[in-house]
Amino acid sequence: MRASQILHTRPEGLYCPVGDFFIDPVRPVKRALITHGHSDHARAGHGKVLATQETLDVMRLRYGEGFAGETQAAAFGEEFRIGAARVAFHPAGHVLGSAQIAVSAGGLCIVASGDYKRAPDPTTPGFEVVPCDVFITEATFGLPVFCHPDAASEIDRLLASLKEFPERTHIVGAYALGKAQRVIRLLRDRGYERPIFIHGALQKLCDYYASRGIDLGELRPATVEAGGRQDFAGEIVVGTPSAFADRWARRFADPVACFASGWMRIRQRAKQRGVELPLIISDHSDWDELTRTIADTGAREVWVTHGREEALARWCELNGIAARPLHLVGYEDEGD
Amino acid sequence: MKAFAALLDRLVLTSSRNAKLRLMEDYFRDTPDPDRGWALAGIAGTLSFASVKPGVLRTLGLERMDPVLFAYSYDYVGDLAETLSLVWPSSPGAADENLPLSAVVETLQRTSRSDAPAILAALLDRLDVPGRFAVIKLVTGGLRIGVSARLVKQALANLGKVEVGEIEELWHGLEPPYEPLFAWLEGRAGKPVLAARALFRPVMLANALQEVDAEKLDPADYAAEWKWDGIRVQLVNEADTRRIYSRTGDDVGATFPDLLEAMEFEGVVDGELLVGSPPGDTRTFSDLQQRLNRKTVSAKMLTQYPVFVRAYDLLVEGDTDLRGLGFLDRRARLIEFLGRLERTRFDLSPLVDFASFAELDGKRRNPPHPVIEGVMLKRTDSPYLAGRPKGPWFKWKRDPYTVDAVLMYAQRGHGKRSSFYSDFTFGVWTGPADAPELVPVGKAYFGFTDEELRQLDKYVRDNTVERFGPVRSVRADPGHGLVLEVAFEGLNRSTRHRSGVAMRFPRISRLRWDKPAREADRIEALTALLGEEAPQEKASRKSKP
Repeated sequence: MRASQILHTRPEGLYCPVGDFFIDPVRPVKRALITHGHSDHARAGHGKVLATQETLDVMRLRYGEGFAGETQAAAFGEEFRIGAARVAFHPAGHVLGSAQIAVSAGGLCIVASGDYKRAPDPTTPGFEVVPCDVFITEATFGLPVFCHPDAASEIDRLLASLKEFPERTHIVGAYALGKAQRVIRLLRDRGYERPIFIHGALQKLCDYYASRGIDLGELRPATVEAGGRQDFAGEIVVGTPSAFADRWARRFADPVACFASGWMRIRQRAKQRGVELPLIISDHSDWDELTRTIADTGAREVWVTHGREEALARWCELNGIAARPLHLVGYEDEGD
Repeated sequence: MKAFAALLDRLVLTSSRNAKLRLMEDYFRDTPDPDRGWALAGIAGTLSFASVKPGVLRTLGLERMDPVLFAYSYDYVGDLAETLSLVWPSSPGAADENLPLSAVVETLQRTSRSDAPAILAALLDRLDVPGRFAVIKLVTGGLRIGVSARLVKQALANLGKVEVGEIEELWHGLEPPYEPLFAWLEGRAGKPVLAARALFRPVMLANALQEVDAEKLDPADYAAEWKWDGIRVQLVNEADTRRIYSRTGDDVGATFPDLLEAMEFEGVVDGELLVGSPPGDTRTFSDLQQRLNRKTVSAKMLTQYPVFVRAYDLLVEGDTDLRGLGFLDRRARLIEFLGRLERTRFDLSPLVDFASFAELDGKRRNPPHPVIEGVMLKRTDSPYLAGRPKGPWFKWKRDPYTVDAVLMYAQRGHGKRSSFYSDFTFGVWTGPADAPELVPVGKAYFGFTDEELRQLDKYVRDNTVERFGPVRSVRADPGHGLVLEVAFEGLNRSTRHRSGVAMRFPRISRLRWDKPAREADRIEALTALLGEEAPQEKASRKSKP
């Protein structure tokens, strides 16, 4: 059996003909397997959805009860038969509940890794290497210039700035699912015990993380009713990146705009967004993690999706691994 | 090294002046000698590494990585120093947290040109990403962190609670790593005593005159002078130690031995260096350019392009500092002073009579000499102050020239503009009227607004006919093309450009979406400005209504 008989691209997304299902489809389909809860991968309106319990919970929080016709929770390592395909979910280390999906048929194993990282993260189980014949990798940070530093040292820079500018509010932009909770948890790990103020859009997901045993400490809404401008001076406020440009941000005292993202590695990216304190904290793999993972899986063939496919394909070529870009549409380039 | 790298990273993204001052002041307070002094030198631009050439960087990068991956990386980041700092292979455990900045600087200053690449590479191996970026920026010169030499001196002044003028005054007599300066600022030692002779005095600069200023000013309080288009210099002779400084304090004496020889005085003179021979002969900036930036000057040069100084001010006479006197008092001393000097090498910048700003405006628009680029206004009672104080001096420049040119090529910008086509090469028509051709006459990368840049970028992408790396050639023929109104300060003859002219300070002043490409200017409009041909179709002066 050829690999393309097990998985290939269709306009709806990555399709498995032998099992008649899609992985992370961008349009409503009969049966979908979902790697993780970010909205470009997990969409509402599918017939049947198979995903980890956490991913299903996140989808329910975001889209409401009727987000799919029927759901089934997959535990890590549990094997499912769907048609002629065998399927298993393995931890991807990206956000809470994120999984790689291994699809096997006819003696061939393909791993669709979704989004993943290898760096330690206190809010999600770590990535597990799954040996396979074909590895499907993301390439969000697929350039040698991306090398994420240790996240704790980035948090230390934030705390140092807070000390140097105690009269200013440090607003941290972080994506609502995963990044925000990781930043808050990392702050706690570095000994920051003051209440952390959060944008309303983060509330539900932070509560959910807490209910799954991830202690985020005291969180307070960053509302004007909670206090005047000066009450936020010297405090840390966490909000979604889009809230930065919003009138919401005007309520804070002389804010220091911080943004927790792998893109912050590039100074001009930070500059363009008006970020004063970039925090290079990413839930995606950097170049070393990507190339190390490809080698670790032992895959003889690599399919590269969303991001900078050409550089990663070049690396594979130099290392004697067959590689091709998989032109999937619908995933955000800005996926961090 | 770690603290310095962190400081650069913060400064580059901080826009508030006060926050920048705080960051620098904290750094200088918390960092020991000599590291902070080397950092100061790096920021103030007084550090140079003669044996390290920027070209070596790319080579070092390519030796360590696949050229295709390097090209993808550079293309994405847009800045060579940053790219290299990021892609440099870091070996685990090799990074040395405590490597001091002074060790890096001293190592690189000691190295010979042939050893430089290997030594630089060994240093980069020992640093992390921010450290590598800082070192590469230091050795290539130009940190581009949005901090002027003046601002860093202000941070020092804040640190020591002294006036910034005191630091400016000392500045050119001090050398990196500035230990006596910090000792004084921290109250551990007295103010450094300058041993060297004939030091540079910080020059006084003017603000551009805004219309609102003119309304508030009383013409009776001000004297006016012509603004001559040469280079501003400061001539110093103390006990026969002679120096010619540029306005930024660079010693340019070696380029002008004829002038040095004529400096038979004791004191400090501020003036404009020009080519010609007073009183009658004042030549153009083009002629002056023949004399600039030469390490050796031939005898022929000296006779063909003699230089002289048109004096504006007298700062020190003998050993008396005159800077505290009012402008007219200093000027009276200057007139007497000049009377004792060689007349073909020194003359006095004349005053321009005026009763109202309207009258002065008329004179400004029709200056009596082509080498005049506007007028200067100086408060008659103002002392000579370092820097650019607001109020006592104004410059009121003549309006720029403009020409309508056609966009020919566009190049992607670097840095902030790396996703935009933002460097534009434009041309004017030449050849027969029925089959005209474009000849490039200049390149400009500013003058437009952010919104106009978006429009230009879109135009370039929609009208590309060819690509060469980061450059696109844009469709430009008589029937189709974008006309740019280009403003510029003057024109020089050039042998390097096919058009034979080079513009000074060109910028895009307007996008002429309305103007057909065939109606853009011809080269004759520009060459006429050089005085070669009859001014039949001269480029226009843009005059404000």
